[in-house]
Amino acid sequence: MGEFKVHRVRFFDYMPSGIRALAFNRDIERIAVARMDGSVEVFHCSDRFFQEKIIPGREQCGIEGLSWVGERLFSAGLNGGITEYDLTNQKVKYTVDAYGGPIWTIAGNQQGTHLAVGCEDGTVKLFEVNEDKIQFERNLDRQKSRIISLSWHPSGSKIAAGMMDMIQIFNVETGHSVHRLLADRGVGTSRSKECVVWSVVYLSDGTIISGDSVGMVKLWDDQTGTLIKSHNVTKCDVLALSVSQNEDSLVAGTSEGTVVQFQFISMVLGKDDKEWVRTRTFKNHTHDIRAVAEITTAVVSGGMDAQLVVRPLLDKVEVRSAASALRKIHFPHRRLVSCARKSGLMLFQYPGHLELWRLGESEGKGEDDIHLFVKRNPEKLLHLKVKGEDHIRCSAVSPCGEWIVYSTASSLRLYRLHCDNNNVSITKVLQISTELSANQLCFSSDSSHLFSASTQSSVHLVSLSQSGCKFVGTLKPKSGERTIGIRESSKIIPASEDGKWLASANSDHEVHIYNLQTRKAHCTVPVYSSAVTAMGIHPTTNCLFMMYADQQMCEYSIEQKQYTDWSRMVQRKGLHRFWMERDTPCLNVMFNPQHPSHVILHDTYMLCIIDQSLPLPDDKTQFYNQLTLKSLPEEQRKSHSHAFKVCKTFKDILCVELMSDQSLVVVERPLEDVASQLPAPIKQKKFAT
Amino acid sequence: MVETSDIRVVRCGGSKVNLTPPIISSDSRFVLCTSGDLVKVYSTRTEEWLHSLQGHTNQVTGITLNPANHLQVYSCSVDGTVKLWDFIDGILIKTFVIGCPLFAIYVSEKHTGVLFLHVSMATDSKNECFQLVSVHLPKSAEQEVEAKEMSAVSSHISKNPSCTAFGRGGEYIAFARHLQLNVYFFRKQKTYSFSLKATDKKGAKNAFTCIACHPTDDCIATGHEDGKIRLWRNFIHKKEYTYSTQHWHHNAVNTLCFTPEGTHLLSGGIESVLVQWQYGADNRKEFLPRLGGSILHISASSDGQLFCTSHSDNKITVIESSFKVCGVIQGLVKGDAVLTDLMIDPRSKALVLNGKPGHLQFYSLLRDKHLYNLDIVQQEYIYEAGLDQFEVVKAAFDIKGSWLATVEERGKKSSDLEFFLKLWAFDERTQSFVLNTTITAAHTDRIISMCFSSSEETTMLVTAAEDSQFKAWCQGADADTQQDQNFWSCDFVGSYHKLNPTNCSFSADSSLLAVSFQEVITIWSPDTWEMLTTLCQPPGVIRDLCFGRLSCSKYLLGTTTKNLLCCWNLLTCELEWSTSVDVSKLQPDPFSENVAAFSYQSKHTDLFVFKPSEPRPLFTNKNVCSEKVHRAVFVPREEPLNSCDESTQWLNRSQLYFLTQNMDLLTFSTATEEDRMLSSSKQLVIDDSVAVTPFYLLLGKHRQQQQKLNTQSHPVSDKPQQTQGSVTIKELLHTPAHVLPAASVLCSMFVNSFLISNTGVQQDPLR
Repeated sequence: MGEFKVHRVRFFDYMPSGIRALAFNRDIERIAVARMDGSVEVFHCSDRFFQEKIIPGREQCGIEGLSWVGERLFSAGLNGGITEYDLTNQKVKYTVDAYGGPIWTIAGNQQGTHLAVGCEDGTVKLFEVNEDKIQFERNLDRQKSRIISLSWHPSGSKIAAGMMDMIQIFNVETGHSVHRLLADRGVGTSRSKECVVWSVVYLSDGTIISGDSVGMVKLWDDQTGTLIKSHNVTKCDVLALSVSQNEDSLVAGTSEGTVVQFQFISMVLGKDDKEWVRTRTFKNHTHDIRAVAEITTAVVSGGMDAQLVVRPLLDKVEVRSAASALRKIHFPHRRLVSCARKSGLMLFQYPGHLELWRLGESEGKGEDDIHLFVKRNPEKLLHLKVKGEDHIRCSAVSPCGEWIVYSTASSLRLYRLHCDNNNVSITKVLQISTELSANQLCFSSDSSHLFSASTQSSVHLVSLSQSGCKFVGTLKPKSGERTIGIRESSKIIPASEDGKWLASANSDHEVHIYNLQTRKAHCTVPVYSSAVTAMGIHPTTNCLFMMYADQQMCEYSIEQKQYTDWSRMVQRKGLHRFWMERDTPCLNVMFNPQHPSHVILHDTYMLCIIDQSLPLPDDKTQFYNQLTLKSLPEEQRKSHSHAFKVCKTFKDILCVELMSDQSLVVVERPLEDVASQLPAPIKQKKFAT
Repeated sequence: MVETSDIRVVRCGGSKVNLTPPIISSDSRFVLCTSGDLVKVYSTRTEEWLHSLQGHTNQVTGITLNPANHLQVYSCSVDGTVKLWDFIDGILIKTFVIGCPLFAIYVSEKHTGVLFLHVSMATDSKNECFQLVSVHLPKSAEQEVEAKEMSAVSSHISKNPSCTAFGRGGEYIAFARHLQLNVYFFRKQKTYSFSLKATDKKGAKNAFTCIACHPTDDCIATGHEDGKIRLWRNFIHKKEYTYSTQHWHHNAVNTLCFTPEGTHLLSGGIESVLVQWQYGADNRKEFLPRLGGSILHISASSDGQLFCTSHSDNKITVIESSFKVCGVIQGLVKGDAVLTDLMIDPRSKALVLNGKPGHLQFYSLLRDKHLYNLDIVQQEYIYEAGLDQFEVVKAAFDIKGSWLATVEERGKKSSDLEFFLKLWAFDERTQSFVLNTTITAAHTDRIISMCFSSSEETTMLVTAAEDSQFKAWCQGADADTQQDQNFWSCDFVGSYHKLNPTNCSFSADSSLLAVSFQEVITIWSPDTWEMLTTLCQPPGVIRDLCFGRLSCSKYLLGTTTKNLLCCWNLLTCELEWSTSVDVSKLQPDPFSENVAAFSYQSKHTDLFVFKPSEPRPLFTNKNVCSEKVHRAVFVPREEPLNSCDESTQWLNRSQLYFLTQNMDLLTFSTATEEDRMLSSSKQLVIDDSVAVTPFYLLLGKHRQQQQKLNTQSHPVSDKPQQTQGSVTIKELLHTPAHVLPAASVLCSMFVNSFLISNTGVQQDPLR
């Protein structure tokens, strides 16, 4: 199926940041994830946990808590401020200082009227949630020690607050403390250490559940203020608790990396006296679990090892399918690498800086058929630090390798790169402030234009030339019929090879196609229920090839404004089971100019070439058939081959790009390397070691 | 041929006590366990064997307390009967004939008059298909009743009886096979089943190994092959059932048991550590380590005060609820193989063979009791599969029992063989064997055979090894040792044409030593160490060698690998007779001229007993067992039988025990012996107005004697008085201490028994 020279790039030291907080919104089925570097991500739970939105963080902005109020997302952190996010434009809306020192926790009530934050100075502050802002209302009785965790009673009349060595129950109306529950310290040497109540959950029947640094999950009665039962879950800390919506299941995340489930079960079958019983234990993390969330059909957990684990609860799943499988999300569902296809440069995007590398060269022959000798080692050309505190949102390098552009939440910066032999220098060409800050950046294939996806599904055009650059105009979708709805910001913008067409997709699942010559909207692809994860415009046929989060694929002819015959055939025949069961989205669509019928795709675990001229496999045919084909004689191969050619040589792929000299660049980030850079986990005695 | 009908092969002594879970009587005074064809009753306090319930004619496979009467016990057996016993008095109350082999028995309080039994499915017994059936017991006054009212509960039954258990109050029964757990509710008549995957990515082995149900909650505990314990709840839902997993055992969990209150769960496995899990707070557990062999069964008394564990080394441990071992009932330890011969310790008349790894065990067959272990290897034994450790492979006693020679070796599989010859002297003061001499390089290769000279005056040990030498060892002959003369050293080294010796044997009076070198037997004089003659009877290497005893001491018997049994007359040095028979074990009786030969032919073993003087067997028993017999021993009787029947005469002075390859210790019992035992048990059945405890026997006999004395007007002579006294003393000394009446009661009686009664004289003046 064609041979490629492959640059196997492993010098991108990307480190995902640890997960600090999770918040699940049942109504819109989104889960918000806060990371240690202050970034917030939003995953769509019913769309295969596709990462819809990323709001990059800032320097010195540690988020400690996340809370949904309706469809609004709030966070609070150790800098003492409460932040609301603008989810449509993927940026911070505003920050309000709570004036209580660092904030350890934030919780919204179920009614959606108030937010409570727990501060370092021992106060629980109530904020009223208004239409467009939040307003400080009052303090509850001030306590002596910091407030670590908070939980509202579902009725909104009481708040349980976890502190050092105790749990306080407040009456919200009066603001006075109702009960004080004392948590025991550990035995032995840990006797002198304070017991930190890391997490509390207030159930509607008046039970308070707490998880503390002694490793206990304790059940309390709020009427009498007494301990009902305690479960010793771990030797280390219980860091997070989460209860299911109908309050029959509770999960606790520990610093050993285990998630322990408790269930509310009747001890004698058929009778009603139920008890909380420890049932299952999930061990999918190597490090501390800082946050857990029990969503409808699964337990989501995240921690210091920076992976988001979705562990399905099979007793709640109606039909077992690929959508209900165990899922581990390691890497962002977008590209952090861009390649200058014509000049062999690569731009790596880190949160606080950019790195530009030149690819190595080989002699063209090696000791065997598989490995080639390296003639020139890859070389780091540039280390570009970000101006200001904001982290990079997106970046790109032009195909000719002369232009570098990046955008933060506040500004967009364009640089021109001068490369004379070994001297590399850059000059800043353009700096545009907030309004033009981009969600996605892209150069036209002849490097003459820069496209910047921005708010409200608009795409800005900047023309580039030797003399300088000029803002040319803005492409906006046809806004005839649907003016009222807030347009989501655009995300993925591939431009066609001949510079005539541009397509942009937004997180409302809309895909708009623009004619660049007329600078007008050309048409809109019919909206599909799943999000677009990658797309590309074919260089010769001008067909738009789209990959969706649910692993479906579509090909749309721009000129005829309809799906192509091949696409219709795919929809009619359906895709192979193995293809549908993959659990990471496709991140790039490429075309091979030498074989127009080939489409190259990749996700985290594989590289795939789809040959549109070959028949599609059905569920009975062998999907991974390369080895079988190899063993067959030449004549029979034809009858056995099908459209999908999957290559699993590479693992943990961040990016695959086809260079103009027909070589492939595969950027890998092995998970073992990531794990080796993590801090040491809690030491545990393992049997037989 | 000789009639064989009145001699029967029985399991008597040294049987497995760990086959089924032991049960503790509800007052915690007795432990009952199955042992071969018997059910044995032990005291929990003294570990003493009180009596046995005798009546089954095949292996007893299950016992359980009668839920309606806690003084009664049901037992089931492969012979197809269920028997109901009064276990305190040892009385058989009823026999229910089921008619097919039974493998386990379960009862529940809720199901009165119903027994649940494991039966093997008649259609295909090869596939080990077992069925759980319920049997309604007919109400009938007769002793022996046929119970035919059977109904099947399930056929998905594991052959492991611990994979079935009754749930809370008998409302459901849980049983597991392979990877499936089934719960059958009696009221709804519905089965819920739950399956586990065979393996997962982490290499778990999920097959079920045992089940226990919580007494008050609806919670089922299951043990698994990889050492996990799962607690199942909510099992009336197809989907919303749930379980929690605990993992401590590193290998299969053999048994699980809830305490009667349900506050704790006990588990045991190959680690021989009893683990107590707190129910509800599963992280809290207590351990009782170093219990010996791996734990096979656990049972708890109904008041929760005592636990019993049975172990793979044929042992029952009684444990208090405070996790202290308070008693050990040790049976005959049987490893995978017995490497030494079966021997009789001449002093204690105990059976001696391999016991615990690296030990010799002394086992009294008469009292069916383990006496003690002698540590031969004196090294820490490490429980690990595939580890090559020292094992006792040879042992021999001299004729008085004052010397014991042992050989331990390791490296059987690898080429570097290591072995020690050790000599142990009997220490009168401590009444045990003390290491006297260790010889590190007795030979350059493995010792094949070893025997002591049988003379009373000088003791001499002869060892024959694969380095084509035999050596004689004597006490204190070495000039280098200037200390006491007590140490053993080499006296003579002999060889014959560089051939490897195969066996050695002393004649009864120790005047001759026979050493066989492959096909050749050499006869030596131990006094002068000159070779007297050679005997040769090719073809075939000599396998076994023994001299005749008593009147037949002029004969030498030998067996060859080419299925030949030869008898030489040593006076003429000629072959007296020979016969073609494949003898696997030749065993002379030290108390008579008789020699027993086990021959293995066409998948069963036959026994021949003959005198060397004539080639005609005294007694033959075809098809003794289906395995090969390599070990046998004659055990002297305490009191000789006086049977004059020709076929049973050879069993008059000693009893023949033999060990099969399945490690079953079998013996022969004669009709007269059985009659005697039956009559004693019948006697127990007849006087049933009072419970027949040893206490009763003691006081009751006394009373009878007194009654006799009172009724008999004539003064009796001293003779019966003396017998009464000796009976009293005997009873006193042989009764376990805890069943004796108070000392004040006994004292006068005891003193009375010593008095030489002249009551007759005294009574006269009174009259």
